Amino acid sequence: MSNIKSYEERLQGFDWDYAKEVLDWQDGELLNIGHMCSDRICAKGHADKTALIWEGFGDATAQYTFNDLRVLSNGFAKLLQDQGVEPGDRVCLFMDKVPALYVSFLGALKMGGVAQPLFSAFGDDSLEVRLASAETKAILTTQKHVKKVRKILDKLPALKTIIVVEGNPAKLKDGELFYDMNEHRVEDFECFQSGPESQSVLHYTSGTTGQPKGAQHVHSSVWGQALTTSWVLDLHDDDIYWCTADPGWVTGTSYGIIGPWVLGVTQCVLDSGFTAARWYKFMQDNKVTVWYSAPTAIRSLMRDGDDLVKKHDLSALRHLCSVGEPLNAEAVVWSEQVFGKAFLDTFWQTETGAMMITNYPGMKIKPGSMGKPFPGITAAVLDLKTNEPVDEPGTVGLIAFRPGWPSMFREYRNQHDVYRSKFVGAADDATPEQCRLDPDLWYVSGDRASIDADGYYWFVGRDDDVINTGGHLVGPFEIESALIEHEAIAEAAVVGKPDEVNMEVVKAFITLHKGFEFDDMLELSVMNFIRKSLSPLAMPQEIEVMEKLPKTRSGKILRRYLRSIEWGEDAGDLSTLEDD
Amino acid sequence: MDEMKAEVLEYVIEEYVDEDDDDEVTYDTALISSGIVDSFSMVSLKVFLEKKYKISLPDSEATPEAFDTVNSICDLVVKHQG
Repeated sequence: MSNIKSYEERLQGFDWDYAKEVLDWQDGELLNIGHMCSDRICAKGHADKTALIWEGFGDATAQYTFNDLRVLSNGFAKLLQDQGVEPGDRVCLFMDKVPALYVSFLGALKMGGVAQPLFSAFGDDSLEVRLASAETKAILTTQKHVKKVRKILDKLPALKTIIVVEGNPAKLKDGELFYDMNEHRVEDFECFQSGPESQSVLHYTSGTTGQPKGAQHVHSSVWGQALTTSWVLDLHDDDIYWCTADPGWVTGTSYGIIGPWVLGVTQCVLDSGFTAARWYKFMQDNKVTVWYSAPTAIRSLMRDGDDLVKKHDLSALRHLCSVGEPLNAEAVVWSEQVFGKAFLDTFWQTETGAMMITNYPGMKIKPGSMGKPFPGITAAVLDLKTNEPVDEPGTVGLIAFRPGWPSMFREYRNQHDVYRSKFVGAADDATPEQCRLDPDLWYVSGDRASIDADGYYWFVGRDDDVINTGGHLVGPFEIESALIEHEAIAEAAVVGKPDEVNMEVVKAFITLHKGFEFDDMLELSVMNFIRKSLSPLAMPQEIEVMEKLPKTRSGKILRRYLRSIEWGEDAGDLSTLEDD
Repeated sequence: MDEMKAEVLEYVIEEYVDEDDDDEVTYDTALISSGIVDSFSMVSLKVFLEKKYKISLPDSEATPEAFDTVNSICDLVVKHQG
């Protein structure tokens, strides 16, 4: 029997307090996610249960019990306190998917810090923008990645503490502290007495314009994360769960740390890049029962064929879910054929903090559909012109939610105007709290969908220029700004281009400064320039040189026109296009 | 083959090794598993190989293992040069 039992029945009389039942929560307990994922599980008698099974490159392996999580996260909490980090300070976690990442996340929360995980493949510029915006006080990283921090340190006056948690201590520079978490087991630590609205996690997300925005979450997000983990991921006490996401992104924290551990469930982490054979072997060896992955990975596995699947014993697998981008119907059908189970698509985003529209165990699946709103979530598709909910099945509009669910982001850090702009009907002077608590507003997700006659949602695409590549949102403005820093590039426009595996990849249109000729080596130079300054995800997979970029008469580059060419779509009204 | 190895090694050092890094990188140095080349950055290394040697490397063969040393990279390139 699944945890949700019946989706339709759960809709009746729904209350978010169901999360407290799931967690066996008593009033008066400490609402601190770091504590709840470690100390609390131990206190409930599961100290010796395996919490983390980790594998890295080669033969590297490690295992940690919930008691290990407890004492080692205490160690990180004490370390940060000793370094002068105070509750509310941002603590960046900038490392690969090594065990210290998961443990230090809990440690930062335990001492009241705001955990700010960042994708370890970010280059100098991407790192600088996010650390500067967050006024990050401390960063935990590894010898491999500390070099990027060193390059930008003099531009980050708020950053006082650099802690290197893995590597060779002899390679550190002055002012850097080496810390091996396994050598610091701290039995007792008094956790920060956080409340429902205490800040917990800060994730940066890209938009169409401007630099990335910091979506601020709070400790009471745990109610949404716990309940969706229970009802959608359907985790049971004896499960071995694998979430393939990197905690540098929201899935990797909401469901790669918080969801499973607050429920006391064993999870696995594989930190060795993607190959189909390695993934299947990992699932076979660890007898993974519940698997939460992404369409890009699933399509890559499909491409590598069924024979590889058959060479592995994956009989332990009982439940599969997917997130990050729309899961195409072919992938759903394929998974049923080779694994005997369909991947259940889930839709949510950094700002929502937890799943919003999903498929459920026991509910009929329509391959290619996003599913239905989670109980307690009021969702709609808003008319593109009037912003009123549409009633006609199949009509495309904006996916929107009534605000107020527990895991909803509380603000974009220092950008209240941008936060307000996400709410249809918000007054010009509305505070973030007023927006969040006004039941008459709609929070608009930025994605388009339609609803069929049975109430299933069907994803159509983004409503803006943000590029979704392999489940990661990439902002065109950030890439364009970086491109024109290259010595050869005069102007740049960036759009998403269709891609069979990644859904979209970055394509750049550029004009060159006089004296530069475009050839293979210049193209590679531009790619590497973006890879190193921003990230491999932002790196254009294709670059097209133009004599001039299409612009409006007022000089604004028409990305929409370029995108329509790539997607073979109607460009719409081009009356504002500048004449030759 | 020796010329190719030298070219690939030079490219890896130029693009992936920090100036202040004093570790020697050789034909047998682990690139991906040691963290010198991030697995996400393999894409640009693949593009370099394809453009430089006029080949097409299938994604299924451009694995972290195949890209882990200059020697294994060159073996892959030679295989696809036919």
